[in-house]
Amino acid sequence: MSNHLLSLLIWLPMAGAVPVLIAGARGSASRWIALAVAVATFVASLFLLPAYHTDGAVMQLVESTPWIASLHVNYALGVDGISVALILLTSFVGVLVIVGAWDVIKDNKPHQYMAAMLVLEGLLIGVFCATDALLFYVFFEAMLIPMFILIGIWGGPRRVYATLKFFIYTFLGSIFMLVGLIYLYHKAGTFDMATLAHLPLTMKEQSWLFFAFLIAFAIKIPMVPVHTWLPDAHVEAPTGGSVVLAAVMLKVGGYGFLRFSLPIVPDASAHYAWLVIVLSLIPVVYIGYVALVQEDMKKLVAYSSIAHMGFVTLGIFIAFMLVRDLGNVDAANLGVQGAMVQMMSHGFVSGAMFSCIGVMYDRLHTRMIKDYGGLVNVMPWFTFFMVFFAMANCGLPGTSGFVGEFMVILASFSANPWIALIAAFTLIIGAAYTLWLVKRVVWGKVTNEKVAAMKDINGREAFVLTAFAVVVLAIGVWPQPLVHLMGGSIDHLVQQLAISKI
Amino acid sequence: MHELSTSILLIIALAPLAGAVLAGFLGRTIGRAGSHTVTILGVAISCVLSFYVLYQLVWGGAANYNHDLYTWFQVGKFNASVGFMIDRLSAMMMVVVTFVSLMVHIYTIGYMADDDGYTRFFSYIALFTFAMLMLVMSNNFMQLFFGWEGVGLVSYLLIGFYFKRPSATFANLKAFLVNRVGDFGFVLGIGAVLYFLGTLDYQTAFDAAPTLVGQTLHITQNHAWSAATVIGILLFIGAMGKSAQVPLHVWLPDSMEGPTPISALIHAATMVTAGIFMVARMSPIFELSSTALSFIMVIGATGALFTGMIGIVQNDIKRVVAYSTLSQLGYMTVALGVSAYAGAVYHLMTHAFFKALLFLGAGSVIIAMHHEQDMRHMGGLRKYMPITYITMWVGSLALCGVPFFSGFYSKDAIIEAAGESHRWGAHYAYFCVLMGALVTALYTFRQMHLTFHGKERFKVVESHGHGHDDHDDHHHEPGVLAHAPKESPWVVTVPLVMLAIPSLLIGFFTVGPMLFGDWFGKAIHVTEAHNVLAEMGTEFHGALAMALHGFTQTPFWLVVAGFAITTYVYIFNPAMAGRIQRIFKPVYVVLDRKFWVDEVYLAIFARGGVKLGRLFWKAGDTAVIDGAIDGSASLVQRIAAGMRRLQSGYLYHYAFAMILGLILLLGGFWWFGHV
Repeated sequence: MSNHLLSLLIWLPMAGAVPVLIAGARGSASRWIALAVAVATFVASLFLLPAYHTDGAVMQLVESTPWIASLHVNYALGVDGISVALILLTSFVGVLVIVGAWDVIKDNKPHQYMAAMLVLEGLLIGVFCATDALLFYVFFEAMLIPMFILIGIWGGPRRVYATLKFFIYTFLGSIFMLVGLIYLYHKAGTFDMATLAHLPLTMKEQSWLFFAFLIAFAIKIPMVPVHTWLPDAHVEAPTGGSVVLAAVMLKVGGYGFLRFSLPIVPDASAHYAWLVIVLSLIPVVYIGYVALVQEDMKKLVAYSSIAHMGFVTLGIFIAFMLVRDLGNVDAANLGVQGAMVQMMSHGFVSGAMFSCIGVMYDRLHTRMIKDYGGLVNVMPWFTFFMVFFAMANCGLPGTSGFVGEFMVILASFSANPWIALIAAFTLIIGAAYTLWLVKRVVWGKVTNEKVAAMKDINGREAFVLTAFAVVVLAIGVWPQPLVHLMGGSIDHLVQQLAISKI
Repeated sequence: MHELSTSILLIIALAPLAGAVLAGFLGRTIGRAGSHTVTILGVAISCVLSFYVLYQLVWGGAANYNHDLYTWFQVGKFNASVGFMIDRLSAMMMVVVTFVSLMVHIYTIGYMADDDGYTRFFSYIALFTFAMLMLVMSNNFMQLFFGWEGVGLVSYLLIGFYFKRPSATFANLKAFLVNRVGDFGFVLGIGAVLYFLGTLDYQTAFDAAPTLVGQTLHITQNHAWSAATVIGILLFIGAMGKSAQVPLHVWLPDSMEGPTPISALIHAATMVTAGIFMVARMSPIFELSSTALSFIMVIGATGALFTGMIGIVQNDIKRVVAYSTLSQLGYMTVALGVSAYAGAVYHLMTHAFFKALLFLGAGSVIIAMHHEQDMRHMGGLRKYMPITYITMWVGSLALCGVPFFSGFYSKDAIIEAAGESHRWGAHYAYFCVLMGALVTALYTFRQMHLTFHGKERFKVVESHGHGHDDHDDHHHEPGVLAHAPKESPWVVTVPLVMLAIPSLLIGFFTVGPMLFGDWFGKAIHVTEAHNVLAEMGTEFHGALAMALHGFTQTPFWLVVAGFAITTYVYIFNPAMAGRIQRIFKPVYVVLDRKFWVDEVYLAIFARGGVKLGRLFWKAGDTAVIDGAIDGSASLVQRIAAGMRRLQSGYLYHYAFAMILGLILLLGGFWWFGHV
């Protein structure tokens, strides 16, 4: 099995969507099948851990079959430490969104919702496994479809506007990437990403390609100023959609930078690193302030996501300054490692934050902060989780939220103290918007009768939030296993950064 | 020389955590008694073992302990670990923390007896003890920051303990955010340490610290700062937040929204002194920068005098003690600034005892007054609660630095050290700490007189039907009690007595070795040329001689003056206070408004921040970005509409378009082919 483990991880959830659809809307059969498929995928993904050797600089568990023979396109899969981590994140979140939606979507085509979730999960895993650029592109584009459906059917009142904005934005971005990939194919005669990584390219070529990739991934992650689709998409998406969007889909942007921008166009990436760094620092301050004044909880957390993802791009591109200008490989390693830990952590923390908002929304059917207040009086257990995840969101040490930010800030200081200074501003503004939210929603007296009637979380919700909390705490207390898992691959990546392709 | 046992150290740190987890998650199952039993047991184990560790280090011949427990992360050559560094400095801190914590735990049984959040409270304070121990026991910057933020979290939770009160939830948010401003500097300081010294481990960093000399950090192209100064000031900004130094002091008075036991434990004895401890711990780094130390000294001196002055006009019994804490933290900071680290840590220790005592005493008064905190409705309480009264006097005299009391030895040493120092700003610091002695006496004796002496300013109305413990809103008539005040139960008075003993005695017995001897050994590093304590040590002839000499010194007579003034004003001529207030109206207003610092911060940072956020959101995201997007979307729509018109269905239109296209294409080829 282990030589087809990756295919299994991709196709199991997608194939599992079929019986879920067949089981139909009536009864709970579809939900149980979906849960079984998601759990099976998660369990299968755990087999990656023993199968994967962490020293690996090369792709492992590779599979390759000719796909479009005339174009030399292969159905080629493989993973390194970075992919393994992200696949685990995806399959973990995959289970929790199914459980999270258990009763919530009950009356509205639950089988289709569950099926869309499973397909989305399979496609996301596909993105993280593909080692052929065209295959990557197919997964990258295809995952828009289930998300489009999730928001479009189970979304809020302005879902049409949100889905169109979401789709046009991300599609527009990927068009540029496609053009870039076709150009690369033209030069190299293959879409194999490892070959492309060694393809010599002039600075001019690299620059064009860099911007093509930048647009694609900057929209996905998202970076200022192409971020405005995200708050709208989140606000209209159902809870599960938001969770997957924040927890996993945004990571595809960061992953893209690591897989395409860094190895294929390192010189242009180094040359324009300052641009990406500036675009990463703007969200820390600018988006921080915008998040502060949001009246809609989901928008607030969405903006918070943008600010947090700024650390991902900062950590990745600070590495160029460190390696190329200062020769500080260790600090560069720390930066990229920090970016990756931040991606993982944000996956769990934002997933948990959106789940918390989902819990509230299911009870009161509003996302407005002003409609809440004093939840601690009626929902003490919920309060525990909400405050815990809020603290993780502000990067409290002992939670995963701290680890990545800490690494990136330390690495930035070695590059330029002023960059670290702006990045560290997140400590203040991040705490301000998160805890002000907590103050208005959770603390205080019960503000109205509707809140007074709210029930504390049930067992199912407690399960979801506990699962998130355990991981957030585990990474916060002992990040080394995760760091070690990704370490070999990041070492290799950072070494590559130093090598010019011109 | 033998090693301390790792398991004992682990138990010290983890026993309170176990108590906190049990009380927190199983509070409903194990009940109130169960909750306080497990947490007290956990902290008691920690306390006993901490004493044991201190004993082993001082008398048992144990070597200093410095080992990593596990690797937190290893990236390239950078390592962050969790580990313990146990020397006399950390052992002393462990003893102070666990002892005060234990006293506060016991006290809480009485203080929180009628509170709904009883088990939650015990869980929090035990968790606090864990975080504080992680902070003081750490052997590296990462874990220090973990403890640092951990105590901040518990402080946040405890200030907001009465979460129904708007003032409490405002105060805890404020406390967290102001602390985060400090942490912002602190994290950058850690970044600077890693950059210049290449490690997060204390010992490695301290060993490498001399290499900082001559290194600079380029702030701009042509401007560079000394590395040690940058590290020192950045780390100290962290201390300014946690230890409530001017101008980040604003959160501490508001933290009094929390229940009194935590004001004693967290906001007086332990957490707020974390910054002092940190600077003392980092002495090998701070010693390298006189600039950073001058900065520290001036900040501390300003706080020591000016925040103390605010204390004189407070009417809330807890707020007086809170401002007193700010002022005393200023003293400790001045000591750091003049390189008298041992003096700072020594004052930290004595202050922990007498200030915890004063807070718990204030809490005892508050219980007796049925949660009335306004001293204008107290008076004459001494005959109702003799134990509280006497122990409070012990604490007050220690705070004022009356010879023989513990506070005298530590405080007098700081004043003298400031006088001896030749560092830039030392004159200012000396003036501040000297005048601070008068200010301390004024607010302390005023508080004692208003509370325990003079006429009773409350009425006892037996029928007045009120519960003992209405925390949520003070809707009862001020100064009217349901039954006469009485002495608090033994769980309250025993901790008071237990704290009064060290407040009275510990200075006398420890001043020789700890302050002037080389008690801390290598834990504290002072450059020969800066060592004011050693200079003073040459004139030290024992604790008795120092105390007797103290009677002839200016600080003592300032205290006497303070006592005389307050006694005259508040006992013999009560109308005088109002008259003074009217005569010095402008001064009074300035102090009453606390120099308007809160108002300025609120206007600039809170309201200004929200305004800025709205501006960014509406002008940036909505108008410019989405405007452009929606604009381009409608542009696409217009183009599409135009295109639709092209698809007219008439064959000759298409034919015309094709011919036109062909001409353009051929023309294009011809044109570009030629160029």
